[in-house]
This record gives sequence, structure tokens and C-alpha cells, in this order.
Amino acid sequence: MKRAGFSNPWLPVALLLPQLSIIAIFFYWPAGWAIHSSFFLQDPFGFGSSFVGLDNYTDLFGAVEYRKVAGFTVIFTLLVTFLSLAIALLLAVKADKVIRGARSYRTLLMWVYAIAPPVAGFLGIMFFQQGNGPITQFFGFFGWEFMLGVNYTDTATAMVIVSVWKQIPVNFIFFLSGLQSIPKSVQEAAVIDNNSGTSRFWDITFPLLAPTAFFLLIINITYALFDTFGVVDTLVKGEPGNNPLTLVYKVYVDGFRGNDLGGSSAQSVILMVLVLILTVFQFRLIERRIHYT
Amino acid sequence: MAEISQTIATPAAPPRRRFRWGRVFDHAVLILGSAFMLMPVLLALTTMSFSDVQIERQGIIFGLSDQMGANFTKAMTEKSGFTEAITGTRMLMNSFILGIGFALGKIVISMMAAYAIVYFRLRFATFAFWIIFTTLLLPLEVRILPSYEVVQGMGLTNTYTGLIVPLIASATGTFFFRQFFRSVPEEMIEAARIDGAGPVKFFIDILVPLSRTMIAAIFIIMFVFGWNQYLWPTLITTEEGLFTLVRGIKQIIQVFEGATIPEYGKGLALAVIAMIPPVAIVVFFQNWFVKGLVESEK
Repeated sequence: MKRAGFSNPWLPVALLLPQLSIIAIFFYWPAGWAIHSSFFLQDPFGFGSSFVGLDNYTDLFGAVEYRKVAGFTVIFTLLVTFLSLAIALLLAVKADKVIRGARSYRTLLMWVYAIAPPVAGFLGIMFFQQGNGPITQFFGFFGWEFMLGVNYTDTATAMVIVSVWKQIPVNFIFFLSGLQSIPKSVQEAAVIDNNSGTSRFWDITFPLLAPTAFFLLIINITYALFDTFGVVDTLVKGEPGNNPLTLVYKVYVDGFRGNDLGGSSAQSVILMVLVLILTVFQFRLIERRIHYT
Repeated sequence: MAEISQTIATPAAPPRRRFRWGRVFDHAVLILGSAFMLMPVLLALTTMSFSDVQIERQGIIFGLSDQMGANFTKAMTEKSGFTEAITGTRMLMNSFILGIGFALGKIVISMMAAYAIVYFRLRFATFAFWIIFTTLLLPLEVRILPSYEVVQGMGLTNTYTGLIVPLIASATGTFFFRQFFRSVPEEMIEAARIDGAGPVKFFIDILVPLSRTMIAAIFIIMFVFGWNQYLWPTLITTEEGLFTLVRGIKQIIQVFEGATIPEYGKGLALAVIAMIPPVAIVVFFQNWFVKGLVESEK
């Protein structure tokens, strides 16, 4: 708060009211309701519900299918996060170095940010199509018979590639701005001390980028968990069947197709806890460990 | 600066030749990266210029034919969907309503809230801030089913209100403007008070004009975010007349499945139309966009 503030009693309340009421109605109420209904078993035909305690949770953790989806989500998240961060970092380091064409490269590497995940997924379908998709043909060249929507691993591969493609721009933008904020004097001092570009990068530049990288790590995990919904939904063509699914997709399938309100809510609550852990982790680490800038 | 580093580096560095090779490698990596980002969309564009039969036979095609205009016209004007109730033009309009409505709503509401939190002596300011801030932690996706039930209970399904307002229920904008307002020098408000400006006048005549760049930056980000929404519109709009382009993508693909020769050209054209406005805004207002994105996450 500013020291020299206004002291009108009603105006701030009026100013805050729209935001607070929207949040109360569309955030706290649904979130509370999710927690509440995760302890109930809903009658699928809408005739009331009965309290079942933690049954929805124990059912979930006991279900082979849920563990399979959770397992896939973990692998998927790790792959998408690692690949998109690594590729974006490489590109940002190079884009920071070159002088000629720097602006064009920046534009070319970031514009995909604006493409919606399901549109990216739709392009994925065209490229990974059985028979005449160019990437399918490319894989076929190496004897890999790629079958999108049929083979579990193949569909997962397509999901990872499309999701990484979509996520590179954000990481690139942040890495580049992180690199550009490293003072020139630091870099020059490093040149005097150490002439090898590679070790200079890992000893000096990378630690200075650590806050950015850590922040991006969280952003990417959140992206892979939640924002890839559109990619997953288009690539499985709305037919979950035997295809790989992420946890968020399963919340949607169970809740809207399976009409399992309790189970779906329990899954929502598990995801909420996951996000809370991630956020707490983010704050603690940022405050404690990484403090260069 | 660059000169210094070069003169220092030269004695130990090998002759200039190797230095150049390194630069060629840098450019090669960047060109490869750019191609990886660009190719899928470029090929979608070229393929769109062919007829459905040719696309069915050959898949993605690198080359140009004469069907581009025809496919675009079909996408924009031909009625499609299960109830044959929507054209591309209508979807484009809905996308703009969602994108602009969301961005404006978010900016207005969050600026007001941020102003109240930063500039007023308010007993529950910290509490209000935390109430708002907590929403950053849980994306809409994790509370999707109960959110849907709430909106349905209010009878807001298949309305623009039901489509836009629940999406505004997060604190990204408020947080962003709070950071910015705090960086505005305190002398501003002191000077304004000496001149007899009240809180409303100060907000409208001083703070809003000062925030112009910030507003533009956040508008771009929010517009793209709103335009690209998928899950929420999929649930809330079941009437085809309210479909956005991004929401309509699923319909395109489902129609693909059943047809003997799917309307690839039209589908690709719709996908391209869905990309053009957000991509254009991000490319043309690149500096604002990057500034907004980087600043908003601090």
C-alpha cells in the first residue's frame, strides 16, 4: 500500500466489488463444491447423493486405469517440459549471439505462441495421418509404422511433439529476455577468465539464468498438465478409447461423459493439491535458493 | 563494448576463420529452429490451395494450386455443423466477441481492483489481495465440472455472458496492474492531491493515461488467451450459433471421420482463419506483447 493513499471509505469497496463477486461466484463456489462433492456418491440419474467419505479417493488410487493415466501424465509432463525448455534455451542462446537477422529470428521463433492448442492438434492430425501424413511417411522410411489414434505409443509421441512445438515460443521469449538482462560487464569478465564458450555458458550464463529457468519449469509443468487439453482432445479425436490421456482430460471424460460427479470432483481435488504443492515449492525455492538478480 | 571483448579475446583465440564457422553454426541452428516452427503452418497454407480429392490422395502438399480462394469462400460462407447453423464468418465474429470481451472485461475489472488495493487505506486490503491472489493457483481446468454446474444453474449456458465472465475469475490482470501501480512514483498522487484531484479524477486523468502501454500489452495477451480458449467454450456453448473458431475445430475433425472424402480444404481454411488474428496481433505488436508477457510474470 502506498503511504499517501486516499481514505474514502466506500469507493475502494465499490471498486473491488466486481472482481470479488466474480471470483466468489465463479471461483470459490465451484472450488468449494468440488471439494464437497468429492466426498459424495452422486446418483447417475440425478436422484440425490450419499456421503461416502474418502471412498472416491480410495477408488481412484485403487483403479488401474487411473494409475495408468497418472503415470502417462508424469512421463508426458517430464518429456514436454524437458524438450521444450532445452530446445528453447538452445535457440535463445543462439538468438542472443547473432546480430544479423536477430529480429527476424525472434519473430519467427515466437509467433507460434498465438496458435491455439487445438489448432496445433489439428495440424498434428494432418501431419501424423495414417497413410499420407508427411511425418508418418518420414517415420515409415525408417520402418516405423506410425498409427495415430490406434497405437498407444504413437499417439503419445504425436502429443509430445505437438505440445513441445506449441510451448517453445514462451520459453524462448523468457530465456531471451533473461539472457539480454545479463550485464555485458559480467560476460566480458567471463571472457577474460575463460575462453571456452561452452564452459563459460555453464559456469556463468546458466547460473544467472537459473531464476528464469526455474520459473519456466513451473510454467511448463502447469502447461503440460492443463493447457495441453486441446492438443490431447484433437489428437485422440474425442475418442479416449485405448489412447493415452492426461489427468485433466480424465477429469473431463469422467465428469461429462461418464457422469461420475464424485469421482471427477475427487480427481479435481487431487489436481488442486498438486498445483498448490507446485506453487508452494515455487515460492520457497525462489525465496531461499535462487537469488542472483 | 563489443570491441573490448574482441581485443581481449583475440590473443588467445584461433584465427578469425574458426570464429566465422561458429557463426555459421549459430545461424544454422536458428534457421533450423525457425523452419521447425514455420513449416507446419506454411504447409497447411500451401495444401489449402488444392482440392479435397487431391488432398485425400496426397496428404500435405508442398506447392501451389488454384483452390485457395474457393476453400476460403467455402469456409467463410458455407453453412456447416450438425444442425447446419453456422458459417465461418459467424464463428469469426464469435471469436472476436470472446477475445475482445474477455480482454476488456479483464482489464476494466482488474484495474479497478488493483487501484483499490494500492491507493486506498483499506483495513482489509491485504485480505482482499490474498483472496484475489489465491485464484492464480487454480486454473479453470481443475475446477471445470463444478464451474460448469454453477454456470448451468444460473441459466447462462449458451450465452456470451456464461462464456466470458467465468473466464475473468482469475487474478492475472489484477496482479499485473498492482505491480505497475506500485512502481508509479508517489509524488504523482501527492501532486494530484495538492491540486485538489479526488480519487476518481486521479484514476481517470492521471493513472489510466500513465498505464496506456501496460494496458496495450495486457490487452494483447488477454485477447490471444481469450481467442484461444477451447475447453470452456466446448462445455458452455452447445448451440452452433455461438461457436468460436477454436471451438469449431472439433466439429471439423468429427466431420472428417465420417466422410468419404473429408472437406480438408475447408477444414484447413478454418484452422488458418482461426490463426490469423492472434498471430497478426502478436507479430505486429511484438514489443508490447513481449514486454507484457515478461512483466506480467514478475
